[in-house]
Amino acid sequence: MTDPVLSVRNLSVEIPTRAGILKPVDGVSYDIAKGEILGVVGESGAGKSMAGNAIIGLLTRPAHISGGEVWLNGNRIDTLEPEMLRRMRGKEIGMVFQDPLTSLNPLLPIGDQLTETILEHLPVTKAEAEARALKGLEEVGIPAAAQRMGSYPHEFSGGMRQRVVIALALCAEPSLIIADEPTTALDVSVQAQIVALLKKLCREKGTAVMLVTHDMGVIAEASDRVAVMYAGRLAELGPVRDVLTHPMHPYTHGLMGSTPLASKGLARLNQIPGSMPRLGALPDGCAFNPRCPKADAKCRANPAPVMNERASCWHPMIPGQTS
Amino acid sequence: MSYVSVKSLSRVFDVSKPWLNRMIERLPRAHLKAVSDVSFDIDARKVYALVGESGSGKSTIGKMVVGLLQPSQGTVEIGGVDLKNETDAEKVDKTRSDIQMIFQDPYASLNPRWRVAQIIEEPVTARGGDANGLAERLLEQVGLSALDARKFPHEFSGGQRQRICIARALASNPKMIVCDEPTSALDVSVQAQVLNLMKDLQEDLGLTYLFVSHDLTVVQHMADTVGVLYLGRLVEEAPRDALFGAPKHPYTQMLLDAAPKLDGFGREVPPPQGEIPDPINPPSGCAFHPRCPRAVARCKAELPEMRRIGETRVACHLAE
Repeated sequence: MTDPVLSVRNLSVEIPTRAGILKPVDGVSYDIAKGEILGVVGESGAGKSMAGNAIIGLLTRPAHISGGEVWLNGNRIDTLEPEMLRRMRGKEIGMVFQDPLTSLNPLLPIGDQLTETILEHLPVTKAEAEARALKGLEEVGIPAAAQRMGSYPHEFSGGMRQRVVIALALCAEPSLIIADEPTTALDVSVQAQIVALLKKLCREKGTAVMLVTHDMGVIAEASDRVAVMYAGRLAELGPVRDVLTHPMHPYTHGLMGSTPLASKGLARLNQIPGSMPRLGALPDGCAFNPRCPKADAKCRANPAPVMNERASCWHPMIPGQTS
Repeated sequence: MSYVSVKSLSRVFDVSKPWLNRMIERLPRAHLKAVSDVSFDIDARKVYALVGESGSGKSTIGKMVVGLLQPSQGTVEIGGVDLKNETDAEKVDKTRSDIQMIFQDPYASLNPRWRVAQIIEEPVTARGGDANGLAERLLEQVGLSALDARKFPHEFSGGQRQRICIARALASNPKMIVCDEPTSALDVSVQAQVLNLMKDLQEDLGLTYLFVSHDLTVVQHMADTVGVLYLGRLVEEAPRDALFGAPKHPYTQMLLDAAPKLDGFGREVPPPQGEIPDPINPPSGCAFHPRCPRAVARCKAELPEMRRIGETRVACHLAE
């Protein structure tokens, strides 16, 4: 296997508070290869966005990386000076956030925003940058791109805005894109367009993608591998087809059962009792143990083991066995 | 015998700019037709789901059914009583307490300064009823503890708040609950808990639901009958299995194809074309024709009538 584009090793994030130190991300490790889409899925508070922000150095104080390493194309980036990080963002790592309106400058035409980004990161002339910006808009499927270069963000619909943001993320030809809930604010039909676009562009350019979302359906359709997060830790990591059809971690199993689609025809959904613990009140042992049907004394006494094969669990479900 | 009967319901919003801007910029008044000529019936003890994308008018219809918005045209009859035109105050009052609502955002729909008991009992005390011990009983019914009655809303998680909203909706012993996206603010595992609870309550108490949602998977799980809205018009209505098994309207087909599938690993389908048009200047004829793969000249010129094909009602010239 070739070297991964992004390699996250044992990443932890801490937030010191008056009530004690919170750990929204705790010992998370994953790799993303060139041209691969890694889906990161979890419920609110699972730490999936926090991990993404830590990777690109966008944590706001007092949150900070307390341990672990982040490597991008063979260079360690979590220890870089803020100024170096700033130069790298946009050039090496593109970002797409949930709400396209907040990631665009409302006072600048989109053509200027693209050109500015390209000039900042690539050694090109203004005319070349403008040509590239136009090409970028055409690639993401903005109709009449040449005329729309002068339009302001508010003149676009939600789906078109998200296309502009994707063009912006891709314009400096980064090797990694972090897409944090890119389709959550969009309607189903537009969501399908944006997911198809992300997939197509990344395949063509060989960009690695970290796709953060809570939507299992989007994960299934878009990603190659999936990382399931729970209470700041990785619960399960593996090829998307295996994880979704034969989950090994009881949490993934419960999550799949909770999704109305999976239990088509069932009168009741297979709910997981309780809710995700707050960071300040994590239970002893494995964080999932109070909600887990397989929990025993071992799970209550010991933190969940490091990944064995695929899941971080003392009693992983063996595919083919019923729970 | 249907419990709710909605007849040619329309609602127009005036979205004009302020008078001075209109004079200076020489703009005409602008009207947004959020709901146009929608008719449907809901049978007692059934779940009727309205599904559509943003701007389709689904929430507006929900609000008109409970009486939070007045229809511009058309009528809503609940148990044979037309709330807008009924003159008998006692009948109106009775019908109003028979119909309750659950909102999308459980953070915005509970008064942060009221204790849970007060919130839940409000629908009864507001009508001068006796609410002694009611909150405690309802809290247990929705899976919370009777001790929670003393607490404030901020002490609860999103899922628990939605349970409180459900308890409040149940307080006046309603026959029907309008649920406006009741789980779209919730995580999947909590959504499953709330949907299960709503289903159990429906069966135990014989409730009728009008279930408004954009999430096809949730609708498929909950509904008996589904109505699909596009730009304020009902385009298709069918029993659940007919709609999901054999959708007749091209828009329904497009929606079902576009929805992400859990077993759609690496699925490569051409995504739907275009976006929802501007509702202030909707397209002529069938509003879906600019995006419809099957559109012919007639679709552009002529608004399709609602037709019955088997169990399905569909508004499309070409459906068969």
